[in-house]
Amino acid sequence: MTDSGAVPDDVPAEASATAEVAAPADPPVVPPGSGSSPRSTVGGTILVTLLAFVTALAIGAILIAVSDQSTRDAASYFFSYPWDTFSRAGSAIGNAYKALFEGAIYNPHTAANHTAAGYLGPISETLVNATPLIAGGLSVGLAFRAGLFNIGGQGQIIMGAIFAGYVGFHWHMSAPFHVVLAILAGMLGGGLWGGLAGLLKARTGAHEVITTIMLNYIAFFTLAYLLSVRGFQAPPYGQAISNPVDGNVHLWPLLGSSMRVHAGLLLALGASAFVWWLLKYSTLGFKLRAVGANPFAARTAGMGVENSYVTVMFIAGALCGLAGVSQILGTNTQITGDIDAGIGFDAITVALLGRANAVGIVFAGLLFGALHAGGSTMQAYTPIDLVQVLQSLIVLFIAAPALIRALYRIKATTGSSGAALAKGWNG
Amino acid sequence: MTTLASTEGVVVEHDVVDTTRTVARRLGTGGVFIALGIVTIWALGTAVRAGHKTALKFDAPNTYFSVHNIDLPGRAVIIALGVIVVLLGLWQALRGFSKGTLPIATAVVGLAFMLAFLCWVSARAQGTQVDVLGLMQNSIGLAVPLILGALAGVMCERSGVINVAIEGQMLAGAWAAALFGTVLGSVLGLVSAAVAGGLMGLLLAVFAIRYLVNQVVLGVVLNVFALGLTGFFYDAFMQSNTASLNTPKVLGEIDLPVLSHLPVIGPLLFQANLVVYLAYVLIIVVDVALFRTRWGLRTRAVGEHPKAADTVGINVLAMRYRNVVIGGAIAGLGGAYFTVGSVGGFSKNITSGNGFIALAALIFGRWSPRGAVAAALLFGFAQALQVMLSITVPSIPSNFLQMLPYVATIVAVAGLVGRVRAPAADGEPYVKD
Repeated sequence: MTDSGAVPDDVPAEASATAEVAAPADPPVVPPGSGSSPRSTVGGTILVTLLAFVTALAIGAILIAVSDQSTRDAASYFFSYPWDTFSRAGSAIGNAYKALFEGAIYNPHTAANHTAAGYLGPISETLVNATPLIAGGLSVGLAFRAGLFNIGGQGQIIMGAIFAGYVGFHWHMSAPFHVVLAILAGMLGGGLWGGLAGLLKARTGAHEVITTIMLNYIAFFTLAYLLSVRGFQAPPYGQAISNPVDGNVHLWPLLGSSMRVHAGLLLALGASAFVWWLLKYSTLGFKLRAVGANPFAARTAGMGVENSYVTVMFIAGALCGLAGVSQILGTNTQITGDIDAGIGFDAITVALLGRANAVGIVFAGLLFGALHAGGSTMQAYTPIDLVQVLQSLIVLFIAAPALIRALYRIKATTGSSGAALAKGWNG
Repeated sequence: MTTLASTEGVVVEHDVVDTTRTVARRLGTGGVFIALGIVTIWALGTAVRAGHKTALKFDAPNTYFSVHNIDLPGRAVIIALGVIVVLLGLWQALRGFSKGTLPIATAVVGLAFMLAFLCWVSARAQGTQVDVLGLMQNSIGLAVPLILGALAGVMCERSGVINVAIEGQMLAGAWAAALFGTVLGSVLGLVSAAVAGGLMGLLLAVFAIRYLVNQVVLGVVLNVFALGLTGFFYDAFMQSNTASLNTPKVLGEIDLPVLSHLPVIGPLLFQANLVVYLAYVLIIVVDVALFRTRWGLRTRAVGEHPKAADTVGINVLAMRYRNVVIGGAIAGLGGAYFTVGSVGGFSKNITSGNGFIALAALIFGRWSPRGAVAAALLFGFAQALQVMLSITVPSIPSNFLQMLPYVATIVAVAGLVGRVRAPAADGEPYVKD
């Protein structure tokens, strides 16, 4: 239970009131030194986010310099000629971050070709990477709001991809039906896998953190098995790769066939609009938030807490299923063992950065999508794992705004502390 | 310390998980036992031809005297074991085992079923030897990192800080052990693994205690951080300089005098490397310290009711900092088992989710050191069984066998544990008024 200051801005007044009235005994979780203002100011939030990003990049820069061979060589004669170390470190950092920018936003070298792909290619890559991250982030974020922690993104994405892919390559029918059916099948697959974790929690009390992690492995090995079975595996049965999906079900490219960004992006944006509506205006959303804020109060108020676990995990699973759909019908055409590509876990950081609200998650997904897109061009200069480090540092700093404020001597203006509502084991 | 005695009273009262076993629950457990027994008799017993022998291997070289390998008539043994399971089930359904004996009965049922299963594996291949000793050795080998990880969890969570970052602490330990083990020698590699794990623990502690970050979230983020950082350093210089930076000597096997020559127990427990012996020591130390020392009493008080602990003068935050850092160091040692303890070199994500299984073991073991160790052994056994079956029963697709440990975890957590009660203040930051 977090205090009312952590409830994001789009929560209607009565919900915050419910939470406050319902849980007077909960210890306040206000960062020490935070001001009395219960509402976070948007400006303050953006400032902290920006500074978190800058700080993470600064730490990343140190790592780049340390990992750079020529910088280390120069450091061996640091005391006789220190300038060498700095200039080499500077150029290593500069090259790496320049490549990151060129891969994600705008690349003057390809733009010199004066083609659409030359100008917009990096942006397209950013959007392609952002699409499943947004869908997955919505999944994790929605579960957060209901007090659940969905670490099962990987399994749900895999199941979504299996269902969508199977409908995509095994059934044959006219185009509009086929693509809609494949998308729905993918969402159903992810939904069932997520719903299973919800059902286990509702019926037996098994904690979703444990069950979703285990379901990840089970989904992974199920996929590995399917990729070795005739009818699923692509001939000539030598590689662990599935049949390619029909051309009918390909999500159409948004910026022409030379760029990879596809209609999955629209689906992800549609999903975020749905989640925004669900949480803000629907009865179900109100219930979910009430359960997330205080399950005991929600039960007293007559809400079916157990049922809501199943429902929210089903919807969350379906959203991850959508990420799987985007992976198999948009970005790729064949399922491989790593169809998930780490999105399931990255989605958690997206949800946290987006403060578990629909609009925030879209921006967080875009930011991390850009980091991923840029990471692949940055690889030429420094290991791509740096992206993971940056991602975790950004989220870490954002979750601890007091640290950022102390670092930059900012006066406390916000009481926001990340707004993630996941609970401990007893919650 | 008279004031503390009252705290202990409260804590002990909390420790008892009072689930008044209803009749339905009793019948349910009994029914499951009976069903398992019938499966044993029908599916396993009748599947074996009457004449086939079953051979279980318990022997190993270099022991004082040899345990002769057991040759038994397959079908008779399986059916006898099945009957035992059914009888236990009937007793449970009709009379009900008491709270104290039910875990023992469950263990007997599980053991009987596993034995029957191994007999079946052996007999269906017409008396091929099943290396039970080897299976148990592998189980312990696979369980050691899980045990250390789970103990790390006990240290943190008993004092009220949720540790989802066991995986990250292990990974940091594995990495540090490989790197510094190569440069400084394997034993110092172990020390640096503990230091690296401890540093990850310190990060967890600072952000959880000082900055009040949601601890489950924090754990996941720290896992990503550890994965990224170790992967980054691995790519940046370890991979290209394998010879000078990533080839630690694997810790040698230490045979304890006398003990290692005992049959069965010797090769199983006392022919192992330093990490394994450290794990034995830590199991005992953590268990005794937690329940028999002043430190342990204070730790539990801080984890259950920090305000009360603070009132009697315990420094809650210092206690938590210390325990989380020590916990991280223990997990780091567990991580070292993956590099200097078994294969030597580090590779990306070498812990491959074992930290999460350790977390499941912690919860399955209900936050007690003994329970966590038992659960870790169970998961280790499930993994070892999977390896053995993929060789002896090739007709089962290997991917299904690979799922086994994870399915077992879900069944265990959902079916046997259900709603668990963590330490009352686990995950709650403590803010002095």
